[in-house]
Amino acid sequence: MSAPLLKIEGLHAAYGAIEALRGVDVEINEGEIVTLIGANGAGKSTLLMSMCGKPRPTAGRITFEGRDITGLATHQIMRLGIAQSPEGRRIFPRMTVMENLKMGAVVTDPAFFDEDLDRAFRMFPRLKERQGQRGGTLSGGEQQMLAIARALMSRPRLLLLDEPSLGLAPIIVRQIFQVIREINAEQGMTVFLVEQNAFHALKLAHRAYVLAGGRVQMSGTSAELLGNEEVRAAYLEGGH
Amino acid sequence: MAVADLNAATRPAPATPFQAALKDAALVALVAMALAGPIVGLQTVDRGGSLTVDARFAEVAVGIVIVFFGRLGLALSDRGLRLPSYGIAAGLAAAGFLLPWPTDLLGVLAIAAGAALVIRGLAGQYGAHRQSKAALATETDEEKADRLRRLFTRGLGFLLLAAAVLLPMMPFANSYILDTAIRVLTYMMLAWGLNIVIGLAGLLDLGYVAFYAVGAYTYALLSKDHGFGFWGALPLSGLFAASFGVLLGFPVLRLRGDYLAIVTLGFGEIIRIVLLNWTNFSGGPNGIGSIPRLTFFGHPFVRNAPEGVVPFHQLFGLDFSPLHRSIFFFYLILVLALVVNVFTIRIRRLPVGRAWEALREDEIACRALGINPTNTKLTAFAIGAMFAGFAGSFFATTQSFVSPESFTFLESAMILAIVVLGGMGSQLGVALAAILVIGLTEAFRGLAEYRMLVFGLGMVLIMIWRPRGLLSHRDPTILINSGKGVRP
Repeated sequence: MSAPLLKIEGLHAAYGAIEALRGVDVEINEGEIVTLIGANGAGKSTLLMSMCGKPRPTAGRITFEGRDITGLATHQIMRLGIAQSPEGRRIFPRMTVMENLKMGAVVTDPAFFDEDLDRAFRMFPRLKERQGQRGGTLSGGEQQMLAIARALMSRPRLLLLDEPSLGLAPIIVRQIFQVIREINAEQGMTVFLVEQNAFHALKLAHRAYVLAGGRVQMSGTSAELLGNEEVRAAYLEGGH
Repeated sequence: MAVADLNAATRPAPATPFQAALKDAALVALVAMALAGPIVGLQTVDRGGSLTVDARFAEVAVGIVIVFFGRLGLALSDRGLRLPSYGIAAGLAAAGFLLPWPTDLLGVLAIAAGAALVIRGLAGQYGAHRQSKAALATETDEEKADRLRRLFTRGLGFLLLAAAVLLPMMPFANSYILDTAIRVLTYMMLAWGLNIVIGLAGLLDLGYVAFYAVGAYTYALLSKDHGFGFWGALPLSGLFAASFGVLLGFPVLRLRGDYLAIVTLGFGEIIRIVLLNWTNFSGGPNGIGSIPRLTFFGHPFVRNAPEGVVPFHQLFGLDFSPLHRSIFFFYLILVLALVVNVFTIRIRRLPVGRAWEALREDEIACRALGINPTNTKLTAFAIGAMFAGFAGSFFATTQSFVSPESFTFLESAMILAIVVLGGMGSQLGVALAAILVIGLTEAFRGLAEYRMLVFGLGMVLIMIWRPRGLLSHRDPTILINSGKGVRP
């Protein structure tokens, strides 16, 4: 197998004196959906944010396409071909859907815009209907769609999704996950998914990491983890 | 059937809209003649104790011509021929300004008729637009509201602009009115500049007046000590103010909200205090006086020019009037302010302008999209400062005197008040607020120091009724045509 697209080795990160990550190793290969599950406070979001440069890792190394990106500023990392749909979606509420998408494309050649916009609207026909509407007036599900579409406008090689199911109705969650599956299958997009909804995430992903107390507790293919007693007991009971 | 055909054949061809309009106008002119003949045409004059009647043919004739063309314009406009209607409006306005009228009032009437035609035409267009667009099923309520609001603001904006352009030509425009208007426009320009920093980029800058001061002093020193003319010193002052913006911005732009506000407030005071105390450089509290007055491209606005210099009024063969200078200043600041306005409107649609707004909305999301927040903020800060520098140059040359007195925190607060009252980010709102704030404080001058109370009361009321400013609406920067095409 060729070298992984993104490789995290022995990553430590801290908020002041509180250590949130204590030596995490993660590999993401091209074309995979990899998910990171874990309880509240396990360090899931911290890991994702550290990959994006903030908080800065105190130790360890992150390489993307063979290039060391540890310690780069967030906006520099995002220009290398990593895009994220941040936790809480963070769309621009007073800007229209179209303007939000345009903002997603700031780092790419404007010549691609029409083509990328077409693709985004094919994935999310809902956004096409709402293109002139302000982001803040969209429903939660539509906002999540917009956040993902906006991230994809930068033509990334790796898409980071932080809790896309947060606060959404089960039927919407299913729709969103279906789109993520399509993005991966049809466009070959590599996806790294941080999710509390472990059942859905494991159903979707090829491989998974379980994070607890700032360390990787377990890893393997999704099927293995879905069948694992410990995982079932800790994360899946009543989870779906 | 045969009867109907026969009728159709014998009936005269239907009149074209133009013919119908002509007929309509002629009819109304006839009515006007019947009315104006006795009312306007005959004038009783007291001649040596006995009352005689004089005829005033010219006035009646001119009045009827105005009525004819005015009605023609209206009729054309109502029949959908808006372009010829606007042509007539322009003709009427031009004639109002240029032709020698029997009485001034008729000239004003002609201009007013032209303005009425334009308003009628715009209202008609607005209505037609509304009807045609209302049928589109793809349009959401929000997009519809956006479009109507855009039409309204555009109409009001053009009306304000027209009023500004015409102001100096009005018979009531004396030097007091013009000076007040210049003040309003100066503040409008400053507020538009600050609007880039606060309204678009969302950076609360309480020391904006510092850049105004930098521009004014740069201009004063350049033109007085180094012999720069206005057009040479103006861009340099702007550039210098912009570099001060970068200088200040670099260390402080990592701060947010309240912290940024405090630091900028301090910076504003530092500049003022340096100017106050560095006597060798800035003249200290005495300021810098006798800054060369602005000339009309080398032709000064004076009654008697020195040898070899042609004063403005001789150049155009006019009688000397101190108003000429005010009128020139008025148009100059109008142009400068409009430059800021047009610049802002254009840049909002460019990536950097959109990035400013995105930054105001959510800085973390901006980072996540690969935007460099520091650089983006710096450009906003520098461009805002540059416009303040331009305004400062203008201030220096009109006053021909600058001192630290003119650049106190109160000025920053005033500009900020205009931006907040107008609705942060709204160009038209800021313009209205500038007129309101400066105009009202001027109107209540009779109350002496109590007028600040009135000002305060006005602020409180507006903040109760319109807590997000007069026009708080944000216009989208990308127009979407019925869900198909996209216009950047």
